[in-house]
Amino acid sequence: MENKKKYIFDNPQNVKRILYLLYACCTILFLLDFVIHRHVVHSWENLWGFYPIYGFVGCVILVVVATWMRTFLMRSEDYYESNDDNTNNKKSSDMNEENHRKLGDHNVDA
Amino acid sequence: MWMLEIPPFLPFFIGALIAAITRGILRNVIMLAIPILSGLHLWMVPEGIHLQFAFLDYQLITYRADKLSLMFGYVFHIAAFIGIVYSLHVRDTMQQVAAMMYAGSGLGAVFAGDLLTLFVFWELLAFTSVFLIWARRTKRSYDAGMRYLIIQVLSGVILLIGTLFYASEKGTLEFDYIGLDGIAGWLIFIAIGIKCAFPVAHNWLTDAYPEATVTGTVFLSAFTTKVAVYTFARAYPGTELLIYIGAAMTCFPIFFAVIENDLRRVLAYSLINQVGFMVVGIGIGTALAINGAVSHAFNDVIFKGLLFMSMGAVLHMTGKMNGSELGGLYKTMPKTTILCIVGAASISAFPLFSGFVSKSMVMSAALETGHNWIWLMLLFASAGVFHHAGIKIPYFAFFAHDSGIRANDPPNNMLLAMFIAAVLCIAIGVYPSALYSLLPYDTGYNPYDATHVLAQTQLLFFSALAFVWLNLRGMYPPELKSTNLDFEWIYRRAFPNILQRVFSVIWKTDTAIRQAFLLKLNQTLTFLSRINKGTSNLLSHTYPAGSMVMWVAVILATYLILSFIH
Repeated sequence: MENKKKYIFDNPQNVKRILYLLYACCTILFLLDFVIHRHVVHSWENLWGFYPIYGFVGCVILVVVATWMRTFLMRSEDYYESNDDNTNNKKSSDMNEENHRKLGDHNVDA
Repeated sequence: MWMLEIPPFLPFFIGALIAAITRGILRNVIMLAIPILSGLHLWMVPEGIHLQFAFLDYQLITYRADKLSLMFGYVFHIAAFIGIVYSLHVRDTMQQVAAMMYAGSGLGAVFAGDLLTLFVFWELLAFTSVFLIWARRTKRSYDAGMRYLIIQVLSGVILLIGTLFYASEKGTLEFDYIGLDGIAGWLIFIAIGIKCAFPVAHNWLTDAYPEATVTGTVFLSAFTTKVAVYTFARAYPGTELLIYIGAAMTCFPIFFAVIENDLRRVLAYSLINQVGFMVVGIGIGTALAINGAVSHAFNDVIFKGLLFMSMGAVLHMTGKMNGSELGGLYKTMPKTTILCIVGAASISAFPLFSGFVSKSMVMSAALETGHNWIWLMLLFASAGVFHHAGIKIPYFAFFAHDSGIRANDPPNNMLLAMFIAAVLCIAIGVYPSALYSLLPYDTGYNPYDATHVLAQTQLLFFSALAFVWLNLRGMYPPELKSTNLDFEWIYRRAFPNILQRVFSVIWKTDTAIRQAFLLKLNQTLTFLSRINKGTSNLLSHTYPAGSMVMWVAVILATYLILSFIH
């Protein structure tokens, strides 16, 4: 492990630097709102910080809703391969796996 | 002076034929030469109808060039060239031939001037592209290809029925503005809608594209949906329904993309999202909106191709495509990482990248025509696409936790193809006038004013901030090995299950009826034999059939003896 090559983001300090850069950009962009005069078409665009807040809140909602969707949409990886209902699908999924192995499911570039 | 009447699909079909019988360097040279020569030829072609002939009572136009079709013609040539460079290392004749045929079919469809020709290429698109899926040669890809083919052919059949209605209504087959009046209009609308991956008809795309080969997906992402976008732009501009469908297409796939594990499936969902922007533009139908839709289709072919290529490179080198199994690849695949980030920045519409100069047109058009809610949805989708395609794809493949995989950058031809696409993404973003000069309308639009640039940059940076914040708080959904149910569940699970139940009931009833019938029959026979037993002992059922035969023989023998005596 000693001779393992170190890469740029293996150093947590570098990750921090990137993050600080992002925070700085965000602050500057937010402040630019007060400086730059824009021609607006829609009245909401006039609100200070409309785009930053919309972007941030939109993404948080997106992720929260998507995570919630997992509770009822997520199934096992071979859900569609196991043809039967819950009753006797253990055996058939095993068989499927065997089939896959035979066929070479990781044959990426035939 | 110039052989105008060579329709662009012809060189590709001839190329497919040559690819089938040649091998090695010769084949590579020929396959590279075809899109270059054909593209140069197309560049010289003026607008107008170049090839038509009469068929029964109808005029068939197999080659019509105008600004709209030329625009798609150019980008299909670029896509074919990039795709061929990307797949130069492939030693699979089936894929090479299918790719050439597929590109040719796409070109045939966009230059088709009548509905019948369009139908022919529409079906060819399906039949040629499915081999790019089957070429993976796994059971999964075979099944996915079958489902893909069934849905694509269904779309073609609906198009054909619509065409027949159209011919009988209008008395012509010419393919131009159709609109949603009459049954023909609706049928053709639905047929295109299926190919365009409308909501609930979208799962063929997310099902099949991730199962295709590394190089096949790059071709697939370029042609089928863009042909659909082209046909909508020609036949249904300004159809209000398209605005709402398109807005739905921009929004719902991003939720699925956030929780999807297969990174090429994430890209498939984001492909639907991008097509949604184009559909909205066509629905709005103003000159600016149509320009936006068409140019976004142009750019999307290139940047989505670039993203699929970079993920293909990862799959090619590591054999893995799930976010849960990847990570840390920037260490040994730096070139792929950078090229992927260029594609990610383009699809996210960062200023100076290609997505920005086209998507902003659709957004501006939505605002100018007073579709405020639609504009808000598009804005949300813009933030969302950055979130899942712009950040998630590069982050989970190349950064995130170190998966320990130390795969190298892919072969040079793959890198070169990605490099060409990346250069185009940046060139179009920096110098959009070249792209704008090809557009159907002249609107004098300038994407680079302070308002647009600032708004878009703010939106994107604060989306990134949201990603960082969610990640640091541990609220970001981890990549999990899973399948997420989508509408396809209806035809992959519910229908088969219902059918199975229905048939098992039918079989049970059938067996019961048969058994009851046999029982009754037996009872009747027993009953009859009992009656017979009473009347005649000689021929009743308790004697074997042999005894009857013996008695017949005895009678015949007696008859014979009597005849001799006589």
